[in-house]
Amino acid sequence: MKQSQKLKQRKEIIKSWLFFVASLAFTILLLLIFPDRQTAVLKSSWQIFMEMIVILPAVMLLIGFFAVWVPNEMVVKLLGKTSGIKGIGLSLLFGALPTGPLYIAFPLSAALISKGARVSNIVIFLSAWACIKIPQEMVELQFLGVRFMALRLGLTIIFVIIMGVFIEQIVEPKATQKGKK
Amino acid sequence: MNLTPVFVNIFAIGCLVLSFVKDKQKTKQAVKIAVKMFINILPTLLLIVVLVGLLLGFVPHAIISKFMGDQSGIVGIFVSALLGAILYIPSIVAFPLAASFLKAGASITTVAIFITTLTMIGFVTLPLEIKELGKKIALLRNGVSILLAILIGVIIGAIL
Repeated sequence: MKQSQKLKQRKEIIKSWLFFVASLAFTILLLLIFPDRQTAVLKSSWQIFMEMIVILPAVMLLIGFFAVWVPNEMVVKLLGKTSGIKGIGLSLLFGALPTGPLYIAFPLSAALISKGARVSNIVIFLSAWACIKIPQEMVELQFLGVRFMALRLGLTIIFVIIMGVFIEQIVEPKATQKGKK
Repeated sequence: MNLTPVFVNIFAIGCLVLSFVKDKQKTKQAVKIAVKMFINILPTLLLIVVLVGLLLGFVPHAIISKFMGDQSGIVGIFVSALLGAILYIPSIVAFPLAASFLKAGASITTVAIFITTLTMIGFVTLPLEIKELGKKIALLRNGVSILLAILIGVIIGAIL
């Protein structure tokens, strides 16, 4: 399983390189045909490159720290048995803290379900994992500004909680009743 | 000048020192993860650099505004939601791309929808999600997320 995933990832990376080379060749060709656009294109590319390179290495380092210091087993252990507001809060937090691609979060969530975690918490955990990552939010802050970032983050948190409760109602209405007692 | 990179770099260095004092082995592992991630993401990052050059240098402002601008209405909402759901770009390089869309004439609403569906929904990872969590939860989560993303985008667009 792990081996095949690694192979798949390698294939993806090779594909990305091919995409890059193809688009670079295409751009060079276009620029040869339309030399008057050279300054606009080069300036935009250079600017975005500089903006990314001053922040991305630091963000990746932070992602590395989170991955090492917040082990997944700890997350499963703590989330498996909590419910109510505390469960929602922990699901959000533990979704936002550890890092890794979404496909790591699916087996984790499956483990959580088998440990008896509530559906609402699983959905909140998964969604937080997908879109509320602390290092990533710093990148959003830099490129889209504090108002955009804060507003989108706040709205996402609210809606993700609502969605979790809503999906739980549909999937297992009885469990919610039990949870309320 | 934008101060975010300064703050983030100081924060990262602080974490590095703290982590190193506490556990050298773990710190080494963390740095290794970061380096590996950088190597993996490099082609996508370079691709974005080229695409942004193309976008801002060649694509006319009018076309972007027509499909993703303030007047694009429902078309803009669908284009950005779908684009975000289908594409599979790591979010740390998606934010710069989104910022360039804004510069090129897209509206705040469509950019917010694009980012939200991009991160929350994965057509590529959907089969795996179904396998691990079952059809019901996976499809519901992805379906509801599209609606929420649109709602979030519209609210952000109305406020900002």
